[in-house]
Amino acid sequence: MSSRVEILNDGGYRSDGRRQYELRDISIDLSPRGTADGSALITHGLTEVMVDVFGPKEAKSRGQSVHDRATVSVEVGIMPFSTGERRKRNRGDKRVLELAASIRQTFEPIIQTSLYPRSEISIFVHILQQDGGLLPASINATTLALLTAGIPLTDYVTAMTCGVHSTTSLLDLTILEENDLPHLTVASLPRTGKVTLVTMETRLHAERVTECLKIAGEAGKILHKEMKKAVEARTQKLAQAMEMAPKVAVVGGGSGGVGDVEMEDEMDT
Amino acid sequence: MVEITIRKRPREDAVVTQRKFFKKTARGKVIKVLRERYLRDDVNCGIQRCSLCSLDVEPTLPPLGTQEHQALSFGHYVIPDTNVFLAQMDLIESPLFKTPIVLLQTVMEEVRHRSLPLFNRLKMLMRTDEKTVWVFYNEYRSETAVIREEGETPNDRNDRGIRKATAWYNSHISLARPPIRNQPKPVLTTAVLLTDDVANRQKAEAEGLKAISVRRYVEGLKDANQLLDLLSVKGEEIEPTRAAAPRQALYPEYLPTATVLAGIKAGQLHQGHFNANQYNYLEGSVNVPAFTKPILLVGRETMNRAIDGDIVAVEVFPESEWKAPGDEVVDQESTLKNDDAEDSDDEEGEDDVEAAVELRIVQKEGTKRPAAEKQPTGRIVGMVKRNWRSYVCHIDRTSLQSSNPGSLSQQTVFATPVSRLLPRIRLRTRQAPSLVGQKILVTIDRWDSSSRYPEGHFVRALGQVESKEAEQESLLLEFDVPYRPFGKAILDCLPKEGDAWVVPPKNADDPEWKGRDDLRDLLICSIDPPGCQDIDDALHARPLPNGNIEAGVHIADVSRFVLPDTPMDNEAAARGTTVYLVDKRIDMLPELLGTNLCSLRPHVERLAFSVIWELSPEAEIVNVRFTKSVIASKEAFTYEAAQLRKDDPNMHDDLTKSIRLLNDLAIKLKAGRMAAGALNLASPEVKIHLDSAESSDPVDVEQKQLLETNSLVEEFMLLANISVARKIQETFPQTAVLRRHMPPPPTNFEKLKDVLLKRTGRSLDVSSSGALAASLDQCIDPNEPAFNTLVRIMATRCMLSAEYFCSGSVGRDTFGHYGLASPIYTHFTSPIRRYADVLAHRQLSAAISYSPLHPSLHSKPYVERVLDVVNRRHRMAQMASRASVEFYVGLALKARGISGTVTEDAFVIRTFRNGINVFVSALGIEGLVMFKREIQFDAENYTVSVPSPNDGAPTTISVFDKVRVKIDVEKDPNTQRGKVKMTLVSPVNSASL
Repeated sequence: MSSRVEILNDGGYRSDGRRQYELRDISIDLSPRGTADGSALITHGLTEVMVDVFGPKEAKSRGQSVHDRATVSVEVGIMPFSTGERRKRNRGDKRVLELAASIRQTFEPIIQTSLYPRSEISIFVHILQQDGGLLPASINATTLALLTAGIPLTDYVTAMTCGVHSTTSLLDLTILEENDLPHLTVASLPRTGKVTLVTMETRLHAERVTECLKIAGEAGKILHKEMKKAVEARTQKLAQAMEMAPKVAVVGGGSGGVGDVEMEDEMDT
Repeated sequence: MVEITIRKRPREDAVVTQRKFFKKTARGKVIKVLRERYLRDDVNCGIQRCSLCSLDVEPTLPPLGTQEHQALSFGHYVIPDTNVFLAQMDLIESPLFKTPIVLLQTVMEEVRHRSLPLFNRLKMLMRTDEKTVWVFYNEYRSETAVIREEGETPNDRNDRGIRKATAWYNSHISLARPPIRNQPKPVLTTAVLLTDDVANRQKAEAEGLKAISVRRYVEGLKDANQLLDLLSVKGEEIEPTRAAAPRQALYPEYLPTATVLAGIKAGQLHQGHFNANQYNYLEGSVNVPAFTKPILLVGRETMNRAIDGDIVAVEVFPESEWKAPGDEVVDQESTLKNDDAEDSDDEEGEDDVEAAVELRIVQKEGTKRPAAEKQPTGRIVGMVKRNWRSYVCHIDRTSLQSSNPGSLSQQTVFATPVSRLLPRIRLRTRQAPSLVGQKILVTIDRWDSSSRYPEGHFVRALGQVESKEAEQESLLLEFDVPYRPFGKAILDCLPKEGDAWVVPPKNADDPEWKGRDDLRDLLICSIDPPGCQDIDDALHARPLPNGNIEAGVHIADVSRFVLPDTPMDNEAAARGTTVYLVDKRIDMLPELLGTNLCSLRPHVERLAFSVIWELSPEAEIVNVRFTKSVIASKEAFTYEAAQLRKDDPNMHDDLTKSIRLLNDLAIKLKAGRMAAGALNLASPEVKIHLDSAESSDPVDVEQKQLLETNSLVEEFMLLANISVARKIQETFPQTAVLRRHMPPPPTNFEKLKDVLLKRTGRSLDVSSSGALAASLDQCIDPNEPAFNTLVRIMATRCMLSAEYFCSGSVGRDTFGHYGLASPIYTHFTSPIRRYADVLAHRQLSAAISYSPLHPSLHSKPYVERVLDVVNRRHRMAQMASRASVEFYVGLALKARGISGTVTEDAFVIRTFRNGINVFVSALGIEGLVMFKREIQFDAENYTVSVPSPNDGAPTTISVFDKVRVKIDVEKDPNTQRGKVKMTLVSPVNSASL
């Protein structure tokens, strides 16, 4: 049945009614969860990823710590119910490890690790539902989780997939499209336009690559706006809450300050 | 820069926008699938100058619709239901049907699900300029999207969606043109639902929509008379979508192997090779020893998944159910045009239709035919051995689901084999779009009883259709010709000196000269076709003082270089023969030997194996002597050059004299052979002229001419072969390598005899080869010189093919060569290109005590095994070169066709219920002329009567009639397979028939 779905029909619609450069609906939830220092839940179309960030904290074992910077560790858990076919993936699954490694490599240069020598930043990625764009959704959610944890980043990291159907490029592929089309995932820094990660598992014509990179970069900027809006909304709420709450010493300002407040809270308890 | 947006979707919408369903995978696992869709308000209605829709695309629907309808006085569009496209595609495709069509996405997708070929036709329709078709994506428009309700069938949901879209169109039109005060209410254009589904129509009318059946709609159109003819009856009664039934077995299961073997042993079942019929894919036959005629298999079920070449077990029906073979050409492609490759449940709907067509064809194969024509009829009940190999195929374009070249999705498509004898193969591949228009290699994996077609997998692509490399390779693969370059181990067996190898100077002690005669002084020459590099044979003749004549045939001494049981020997045995294609030669032996060291080139000393006779002036053998020798050929003639030299009265040198001497002897030898009853057979042979060696573009085709010198060489080779055969059979009665041609069973000639008698009043005596030769000589039409050749060609086809055999394996009385009328025969004269000759050389060499015989040649099983391979390779090589010629004839025709049409004289050689088979002697090709219209067919008299185009008296065409045909080479649009198409030009033009 699935092979009978047209990826892009003559009217320019994709199988879910979007046009080629339309991204799926994105909703972002940044409410704190449990003991995590920062967390974010991104629902991107039918893909849902939750990321919890712990740290910076003391490294679990001395052997892992580095004397002049923090180490970043990423663990990815794919929920067995995230796909139609229930399937349990172990931690050692190659695909899961690869996903974790991609995320770690993306963020290692972005996080200002030198500020936290001998400490560790742990990122836990939980994939709750998948419908294409797993890596981009994970990267976007990680950016937001790191932000809410108050870990200084040089910039947002936004990621997007771009596929090519015949000669037209399509943004934000669903799983159906990912199975059918050659595609690449691009993670970029929206302010500078720098690209931190490009992965591709299929073959793509060389002539199409630059176009894909450019469009995925543009899409990153749109995502950036969306993510910024969510962060600002959260900060505003926090600021409001603080005004109403009994006076607490506020050190510094801006989003970094917010993180500091939370840390102090934790230390008090 | 493009605009990138995020499609926002309220969470609450999820009920409408998300779809959850369960899917069963091929392995039987059930998977839950969740899909979402984004509903939008900017889906264009497609009406020109619509004030509500955006103008980013060019709308095509005229604002007023069409007004050319008697019953509907207002302007309107039609919105056809799915059943209209499924049943009445011919009507919609007609250029007379001009109403603007709104094609709903729901409808389009339903068509796509039900039948891909119809969907592809629909897509073609959308692209033509004469039609106004607007695709409305109703499933993506927020107002018209529907979701399936509880308890609603998918069909009902789609119908509801179609009605909703129709209603939307009408309200949209009225919103776009709101009534203006003080003006009469404008007459609005209406969208009319066109459906043959009564229930849907009633519901639509209840909802206040205009709905009309196809028949009623067409009746009101201007060209109703012509259009009504196009209405298919099928559409009248509409069947609801079937619930997915479990797949039924289409074929009976095979019996277990033990039962089959027991049955064969007991004589209840018969074992034989399955032969498919190339004119009728619903018919096949199996030759078994128990019956003189082959067992006929009619219909898919009785052929039970056998593929040409399989060894099958057949059960024969009681004699009352025997049938005669069909007399109709049934083409798989045209009959099964709309068959669907996707192996899903909705295939079955179409299956029924095609099954009905096939049933009709099968039933028509009359039981009313005369009993004499009836053949044993049966069905295949078991498979003894599959003989599947890789097949060269083309991808059928219509079976493609997505033709986007970048698509990586797995698709199920049909691969049509190049050979007409094979069924289509179902193939799953991820690269289907890129394989269209290429030749590909496909292997069959299995054929389940529940699957109509065999399933296979893609092996590799050979290249673009019609590119020479791809065609060449596909030929070699199709005929199983080993064409890999020679490996290192093989090349190591060559003499170390390479092409610097020469015969050492004469020295009695040198092992090379030991036992060899020095024949360097003899006036030896070779006569071969032009451009021949592998010269196997050379000849000489000289008068002896006693009045007799000494004649010698000198054959390249290949066995000196190819020693038994070496890698080179094994490879040559496996290759069996050199294969000659039009533009390529696949050597049996490495080139250094074939064209240099062994080749009896002029002016150099070469080793040879000589047969030297003392012949009386009447060409009777007085004495024969075999010897290894060293020769130096004086000249390498072409047939033409030798002929000219012989005929030139001014030439009196010794070489010319010896050619004349040889020629005189050859004429006498031939006369003697003919008197003994040898057959002069004919096969269609043509010659391809190539432009140049590099481009190898064929320029033209012409028939091969036979000169006197051809016959000269042939006679002496025959003589040498016969002499050698006698010698080795005497010496090695158990293992001599011989060649025989079995006399054909008289039943083979029945049809030809009957045709000849009825059409020309001539009789054919087939009691012996001599009698046949005599009566073939009688078959002369003074007005038509080609007639005799034609009869000879047809007679040749009735015969069995000659084969190599081991003298100890068959009875002494079956050694004879029917065609040559010789009691014993072998192949000795072309060891460079035939492996059997190499074996004969070794045996002869041992017979004259020149060298000991290798132990393998003392072993009967070994010789039998090698000869089996050689026989098969020999047959395949012949077919490959014939196919290669055919391909080039096709190319040449195409080249000729560009400058104008090609018309040639042709003879009718067979008549069918719906066509005739003709033979074009000038090109050496056969072709089918098919008649689309009904024609009178008289099987009794091999005659068809064709009504003339302007309703005059019918023209009668019978077998042996001379006709003129127009020959085109056309590509099958689906598979890109080149096809020679013939149409009659005279006596009647069949283009319109």
